[in-house]
Amino acid sequence: MRRGTGAVTLLVAALIAVVLQAWPAHAAASQPCTPDATTGCVTGTVKTAEGQPAAGVSITVEGAGGSSTVTTGDDGVWSVPVTAAGEYTVTIDPATLPEGEQLRDPSATTRTVKVLLNSQSRALFPLGEPTGAAPSAEPTQGATTAPTTDRPSGGDSSATGGVSGKRVMQQLANGLVFGLLLALASVGLSLIYGTTGLSSFAHGEQVTLGAILAYTFVQVVGMDLWLAAILATLCGAASGWLQDAGIWRPLRRRRVGLTQQMIVTIGLSMVLQYLFQFLLGGGRLRIDTTNPKPVAIGPVTLTVQSLLSAGIAAAVLAAAAVFLLYTRTGRATRAVSDNPALAAASGIGVERVIRIVWTGAAGLAALGGVLVGLYFQSTAWNMGGTVLLLMFAAVTLGGLGTAWGALAGSLVIGVVAEMSSLVIPSDMKYAGALLILILVLLVRPQGILGRRDRIG
Amino acid sequence: MDWTRILTNVAGEAFAPATAAYALAAIGLNIHFGMTGLLNFGQAGFMLLGAYAYAITAIAGWPFFASVIAAMVAAVLFGILLGIPTLKLRGDYLSIVTIAAAEIVRIISRSTSLTSLTGGNSGLSGGDGYKESFESLCPFPDGSTTLWLWTYPNCTSNSWWLRLVAWVAVAIGCLLVWRWMRSPWGRVLKGIREDEDAVRALGKNVYGYKMQALVLGGIGGAIAGIFYTLPTSVQADAMGRTTTFNIWTILLLGGAATVFGPVLGSVLLWTVFMLVKSILRDAELSFITSTQSEAFSWMLVGLTLMLLVIFRPQGVLGDKKELAIDVR
Repeated sequence: MRRGTGAVTLLVAALIAVVLQAWPAHAAASQPCTPDATTGCVTGTVKTAEGQPAAGVSITVEGAGGSSTVTTGDDGVWSVPVTAAGEYTVTIDPATLPEGEQLRDPSATTRTVKVLLNSQSRALFPLGEPTGAAPSAEPTQGATTAPTTDRPSGGDSSATGGVSGKRVMQQLANGLVFGLLLALASVGLSLIYGTTGLSSFAHGEQVTLGAILAYTFVQVVGMDLWLAAILATLCGAASGWLQDAGIWRPLRRRRVGLTQQMIVTIGLSMVLQYLFQFLLGGGRLRIDTTNPKPVAIGPVTLTVQSLLSAGIAAAVLAAAAVFLLYTRTGRATRAVSDNPALAAASGIGVERVIRIVWTGAAGLAALGGVLVGLYFQSTAWNMGGTVLLLMFAAVTLGGLGTAWGALAGSLVIGVVAEMSSLVIPSDMKYAGALLILILVLLVRPQGILGRRDRIG
Repeated sequence: MDWTRILTNVAGEAFAPATAAYALAAIGLNIHFGMTGLLNFGQAGFMLLGAYAYAITAIAGWPFFASVIAAMVAAVLFGILLGIPTLKLRGDYLSIVTIAAAEIVRIISRSTSLTSLTGGNSGLSGGDGYKESFESLCPFPDGSTTLWLWTYPNCTSNSWWLRLVAWVAVAIGCLLVWRWMRSPWGRVLKGIREDEDAVRALGKNVYGYKMQALVLGGIGGAIAGIFYTLPTSVQADAMGRTTTFNIWTILLLGGAATVFGPVLGSVLLWTVFMLVKSILRDAELSFITSTQSEAFSWMLVGLTLMLLVIFRPQGVLGDKKELAIDVR
């Protein structure tokens, strides 16, 4: 009882802390800027001589629309929105550059850029050994922004060149880890589809929710990572309960059609995604800022964290399997999934089962979010969007509505995504995973473990 | 708060090229969803392919109409490729495969390995020369013109010329849809929407009709992609899932299976969006930054979509008897 109230107090304190701290926290960081009819953006990325992002560099933009100073974020990106077109002077403060870095042309600390409304203008400041090169020759390489979901630590994943046996093993291991984490989120998606027939596009936001709650608990409240992960999972589960009670059950009672409900999930996904952006800003958020420790197992190098994550994911998935196979409620869930009308007729409380499925699915997704956020080494307001399609691919690939199919599909998707970067550029690896989905549907429309009658 | 400026901006948004482009894309989606009942969640993929096909061929020096045809051909091929695995399956498979396919083309076109062709993740800008073939057709003199409250360039980028052409294209789109809806072909499509098996029982090739609808609507999307990117730049990330969802909101707002629904929806959505954003920005509230006001406006779009679908699925112009969204 006392522990219960303690946890509640902690939760309330955490939520208050989110509200109080989220706003000032991002006011200082550089916000991404979206050009539109009344806004133009001056933007750029500062990278060190080795191509690493340079954080905390101070940049001033002055011109017709006033003057403002920003600092680059953890990803080295800065951007300034302006509301009047014209010439702007961009000045970099060399004193704020990271230790040991200098401008390639130390005399050129300013750039003049022409800014139009509804467009982006870039100003680049290449760092490195002074060469005396003309500052106007801006290397385009400085302009590239890293994709939000970079592979961490994979040892040699960035290496180009031949497909060595070692690399194959490494990517296979990475893929299995990622697949297990993905499975946490997809199993819930699949169970929701099985019991209610709904493909929830908002499930990606349940994943993001877990990750950003963990971020808030660790980085803002200052909690231990383990405790934060457990709390985030519980809050995620609670959000699933609330969602079913507040939205989906009323919609089912109104007899709103499934396609309509699916479009409602799309709307919900947009609302949640931009709510996250509203609260935490558009930058990347690191749940755990310590450097990952690598461990070598045979030819494969993984981080301690990803090994632990994979272990947790496997254990939780096994627990979910035991629940589905051997408990009364689990059997009821499978019965509803098979035939809701018949299940209701044999005395199963269909609505209660659906509520349990929503709660469990959202909890699993939140845990998945925490682990994926750790695996990617950072999370962001739109992480769920990236993961959602992979989840859908996994669920469809395995066979819509089957829990085991979702697990199998996730492993396939994880492995294909990571292995495909052996043969195609690594920024296309998710395209490879989605392509597999389409190819499998061509040959076996019901998915790997699906049943023929479901495809209609 | 400068109301004149805000209202000028908001009203300018009503006939902006992007609004016309969204209307065109929604007209295409109306052929998919409103007429045939296909759940296409990859309309942004058609736009993206159209925009890139147009821009790449235009940079290679093709004349304007050849580039437009290239965009249309890209849409036709993409439609056929998408249709083959999915049109025989149930609706939700089509939705998942289309959204996945759109994402595939987005990921590929923003990949740095294609920088020489697509510009990678920074895309193609006017400086690369994809606007010239269109702007050289402009019959107006150089410079800019002020009509009543609005000043735009005559020919370059975000121009009066582009507005004229884009809205003429929208008008043509509406006319075609109006004609098709009343044709025997359109009635078969509606039959497929209502009861696919019944149409099959009448000896119609349902698969073929669905494929035609998918391809035709996709062409609408591809042309929309051209007008969407001509005022600004071609960027893969500007035509992602959010774009698709916006097109859906527009279609459902205006009213699916109606001729003017997509146009009304586009104008309504973007003017209200602009209004909310400008007011929030001008109010200079201490607790809300300009990025946050943007995020807040997007939250409203999402909320609009949810409420519309629950409480008024037929939209502003639609007829509830004509379209019960839950097709199959």
